[in-house]
Amino acid sequence: MHKIFHFYGGVHPKESKVSSGVAIVDAPLYPLYTVPLSMHIGAPAKSLVAVGDTVLRGQQIGEPASFVSSTIHSPTSGKVKSIGTCLGPAGTQLPCVVIEADGQDTPADPLTPITDWRNTDPAILRARVAAAGIVGMGGASFPTPVKLSIPPGKTIDTLIINGVECEPCLTADHRLMLENPKMILEGVEMVANMLGVQNVFIGIENNKPDAIEVLTKEATAYTAPAIHVVPLKVRYPQGAEKQLIYAITKRQVPSGGLPADVHCVVQNIGSSCAIAEAVILGKPLYERVTTVTGTPLVAPGNWRFRVGTPYAEAIKLAGGLKEGAQIAKLISGGPMMGMTVYSQSVPVMKNTSGILLMGPDEVKQYTSKACLRCGRCNDVCPMQLMPGILSVQIENERFDDAQSWHVMDCIECGCCAYTCPAGRPLVQHMRRAKSEVGAKLRAQKAAADAAAKAKAEAAAKAAGAEAPKADK
Amino acid sequence: MVTLVIIVVVGLLTGIAIALVSRWFGVEPNPVEEEVRNLLSGANCGGCGFPGCAGYAKALVAGAAKPGACSSQCAGAAEKMAKLLGVAVVHKEPKVAVVFCSGDDMKATRQALYNGINDCRDAMIVAAGAKTCAYGCLGLGACARVCPFGAIEINEHRLAVVHKEICVGCGKCVGACPKKLIKLVPKSAEIHVHCMNPVRGPEKFKACKAACIGCGKCVKTAPEHVKLVPGAALAEVDYGNPPPEALAEVCPTHALRK
Repeated sequence: MHKIFHFYGGVHPKESKVSSGVAIVDAPLYPLYTVPLSMHIGAPAKSLVAVGDTVLRGQQIGEPASFVSSTIHSPTSGKVKSIGTCLGPAGTQLPCVVIEADGQDTPADPLTPITDWRNTDPAILRARVAAAGIVGMGGASFPTPVKLSIPPGKTIDTLIINGVECEPCLTADHRLMLENPKMILEGVEMVANMLGVQNVFIGIENNKPDAIEVLTKEATAYTAPAIHVVPLKVRYPQGAEKQLIYAITKRQVPSGGLPADVHCVVQNIGSSCAIAEAVILGKPLYERVTTVTGTPLVAPGNWRFRVGTPYAEAIKLAGGLKEGAQIAKLISGGPMMGMTVYSQSVPVMKNTSGILLMGPDEVKQYTSKACLRCGRCNDVCPMQLMPGILSVQIENERFDDAQSWHVMDCIECGCCAYTCPAGRPLVQHMRRAKSEVGAKLRAQKAAADAAAKAKAEAAAKAAGAEAPKADK
Repeated sequence: MVTLVIIVVVGLLTGIAIALVSRWFGVEPNPVEEEVRNLLSGANCGGCGFPGCAGYAKALVAGAAKPGACSSQCAGAAEKMAKLLGVAVVHKEPKVAVVFCSGDDMKATRQALYNGINDCRDAMIVAAGAKTCAYGCLGLGACARVCPFGAIEINEHRLAVVHKEICVGCGKCVGACPKKLIKLVPKSAEIHVHCMNPVRGPEKFKACKAACIGCGKCVKTAPEHVKLVPGAALAEVDYGNPPPEALAEVCPTHALRK
């Protein structure tokens, strides 16, 4: 395949992938790990340990509280110091388990390795993915077992592996592809078998030719099903689920729909690797590769951090700050979609793809002006929305209008705000509208559910009242 | 010339059509309803629980509501309305909104510089507003902007303050505060515990020097007026039996104040 694939809109910010040549290093052990019980979308996990309990590395410390939830494992051996809350990257308090490491790093009994996974029932593999607590490691952290259980009535024919890493500055997935291609491809085949699909693609942006080469070479060994490595145009947000599906298959996910509606499943490179490790090595997900980068740092690089490592330690590991350098902004994730955090105590989580520092000269003070109606945001919006119009509506709190202009389809990629010459905080507007409209929709749904329930109860009562009469 | 004729003819025809339609479909305004509406303030604040002044007037005439629910009308207007409708006035207890936070920028710390959209509800989306205390007033004025009477002021240290003499207790600000710091309380209460953070005293005192640290001094002095919130390091004024103004002097952090 020599055709270069891409999608509508998008921007091309300065890549700044300075750490792409730095090999992944295992981070050392730290005395204290703050492990959030909510490292995924959905209900926070239920803690299985009590204060004072001794835990081992890889031991399960949290169990899923509902269908959309995940399992949590201890990152090291030690004692449970406390169970409380900690500051998460979104600025909210997350329930957490604080583990005081004993320095021994004694592993718990691993999950039984399934070496003969090609002849294993996919249901067993899926159960393993759930037991290993695997979530989407690209950023959204959607529990992988939920993604792999296809809702009834939907068919899947295509698996897309996301090795795009379109966020500037981040290089964690890139390094993983270079250093661990075999494990990734095993994981890809596993997922393909679990889903029973024949079309398998790995999408990689053209700015990582070495990764494309390595994976293409290794992928030739896989024939059932064949794994195709697809080079993609360098364009942000190529790695967004819907954009990637369109770029590779030319299928458009309908508004408000899921990839399953166009028969696709998209899986991250890191998650594929974690799935393979969980099945072949029996290793649960308690560590991940994270890029620590930014101009104020002495030695940006990629490290394999245990979950619960505070950002402060990660920054120290990257050589600390240059002399005279200051942190003006600390971002969890990449510069486009990452979340600004205000404390270095925030822990590395299963979805922390990067820790980015910005100096004072890189951070612009916000000055919002009136919309110029230039339309640049319309040109770059990968969802083909009209961010300028939406932001004016939202500024005037016309959320119903914004809803009919499809604000709920916004993926918050930030292209509009990046390109806006008036410096309007467009993403913040969209997020406000999404939270307001989302709350309204949830309330409507709850009211409809309650009405349906009341109706059903009334019907049951009427039937119950009639039944004795029928007896007579 | 032809243009002029066409315009005149079209204008005449349209005028006749409008006149006829308004005669056939015109709705006679209810004169009583009109009069009742004129006695209301016209602020459309919604404090009566009906959709605007017109909605309340309609309900009054229909007998579905009693005069006295409007908290922003002039003195004596409710009695006039009652006379007009031939019913009794049902006075509701006058209430005012209170912002239950004392943590202005002199007393409470902020952990980050927020320079996004200047509205509390937008700020909440970004790291929950950057104030160290999770129950702290952000001071970006969402409540002040929705107040139809201009009763809320953001003071120079970025804290929302309700002017009791202007506030009519319509409750619009209650829904606007994303931290749910505003509550309607009886106007007769002189002092309030201006804190809603339930965490341990030392913990919140680190974030805010004006926090109620739950020391219980006020409760010991006047147990009939103030009580501790169960399960929280927080005192609460008993609005059924509000404390005298002098009790504020015992509070070491001045969370209990006017």
